[in-house]
Amino acid sequence: MSEAGETLVEIRDLHFSRGSKAIFRGLNIDIPRGKVTTILGPSGTGKTTLLKMIGGQLKASSGSITVDGLEVGKLSRKQLYDLRKRLGMLFQSGALLTDLSVFENVAYPLREHTDLPERLISHLVLMRLHAVGLRGAKDLSPAELSGGMARRAALARALVFDPMMIMYDEPFTGQDPISMGVLLELISTVNSALGLTSLMVSHDLEEAMSISDYLVIISEGTVVEAGSPEQLKSSSSEWVQQFLRGEPDGPVPFQAPAPDYETQLLGKLR
Amino acid sequence: MSRFLENFGAYWIGILERLGRATLFLFQLIAAIFSLVKRPSLLIKQLHATGVKTLSIVLVSGLFVGMVLALQAYNTLIDFGQEERIGTLVALTLVRELGPVVTGLLFAGRAGSAMTAEIGLMKATEQLSGLEMMAVDPFKRVFAPRFLAGFIALPMLAAMFSAVGVMGGHLVGVEVLGVDANAYWSQMQSSVSFTHDVCNGLIKGLVFGFVVSWISIFEGADCIPTSEGVSSATTRTVVYSSLAILGLDFLLTAVMF
Repeated sequence: MSEAGETLVEIRDLHFSRGSKAIFRGLNIDIPRGKVTTILGPSGTGKTTLLKMIGGQLKASSGSITVDGLEVGKLSRKQLYDLRKRLGMLFQSGALLTDLSVFENVAYPLREHTDLPERLISHLVLMRLHAVGLRGAKDLSPAELSGGMARRAALARALVFDPMMIMYDEPFTGQDPISMGVLLELISTVNSALGLTSLMVSHDLEEAMSISDYLVIISEGTVVEAGSPEQLKSSSSEWVQQFLRGEPDGPVPFQAPAPDYETQLLGKLR
Repeated sequence: MSRFLENFGAYWIGILERLGRATLFLFQLIAAIFSLVKRPSLLIKQLHATGVKTLSIVLVSGLFVGMVLALQAYNTLIDFGQEERIGTLVALTLVRELGPVVTGLLFAGRAGSAMTAEIGLMKATEQLSGLEMMAVDPFKRVFAPRFLAGFIALPMLAAMFSAVGVMGGHLVGVEVLGVDANAYWSQMQSSVSFTHDVCNGLIKGLVFGFVVSWISIFEGADCIPTSEGVSSATTRTVVYSSLAILGLDFLLTAVMF
């Protein structure tokens, strides 16, 4: 199907603006097939926007995104929907449908896109729920789940169609240590056991470092650094070092751009 | 002055832009309706949510409006010795005007605001994005069933409002005030025309159903996905729907009667 070989997603010279604010200014990223890749960056750098663009929910101002040999921006609606059936996405909130039970949420893509018999649907759903440890919670409504359980249920739903790639939007935000451990374990097992590609956006450095094969740090609309966790740690960029060590001041200043302090305070007295 | 002109222009451009978005949205809604042929269960569920759940408030309001109409009509007509004509007055007022208009207003407040809030929250909690990413079109699965349900439910509710109102008029006029029952019904029968009054009333109901559902769903889908955004979208639904109903009612009445 694809001649892309080792690279599943290819982002070339991507530009995107929201209003007058430029989010991406010539972004170039290659996401390797079969690996766990994490896109790191400070809040507000457009990490979630990037996932939405890969999924075709937002259109680039210029540049291209190619997924498995298909250029997302040029697909027809039908082709885009066909591509999306092969992509799973885990939203930060889980995005479970609140009027359906956990079981029905996971069964939803199967019911929408296939005519499988009820028995088979039930088996597929239970297998996915078992894999994320929520077989016992199948009759609960999403409102009855904790944040971590909701994300696991959403993961089961994202996996039910056997996607070639799964995208995680900030999977660790707001999780307690146990849920965090469970999610870390699930993400890496799912990736290796099902042989898919995982793309994660996050700013939880340690967790991302521990399970990723490849990391890309973006800031101000471009790639600052990319490589394996070891390569990043030994990066000579001051910016990367500030980000990795979480220092409050450095190339990224503590103060937002502001007029001179003294002038602002004493200006009228002079 | 130039600042004023700039703001004034920006304001109107903003309104026109939004109107354009709403129109495009409507085309997509109508195109998506055909997909419901394959999934009638989605429509039935929404008919229950928008229609059946609005029924009680519509019936109670209809009863009281009919009772008040009979009382007011009686108090005025008795001076002329024409009190047996209250049947005509109650029925025509309800079928031509109050049935569709008051039902439309109640529907906007009860079902329209609920649709906006539900869709707005689905947007805020990424459920709509989630559907898109599962290759499911929200227009077909979420918006179209609600739109069609509103369009079907409102005229039916308006008809029931009028029917109950006529009963309320009977209760007060005949049972309490002592107007002759035969006069109440026969006056009504001879002066209310099925084609001219009842059908036109139903057409009003259909138009209001169309507009209220369109406004409610568009406001939900177009809202800013925050709690504040959802709340102001819900308010806008009720305000715009009410104004649209009253304005359109005048136009329709001018054309019809």
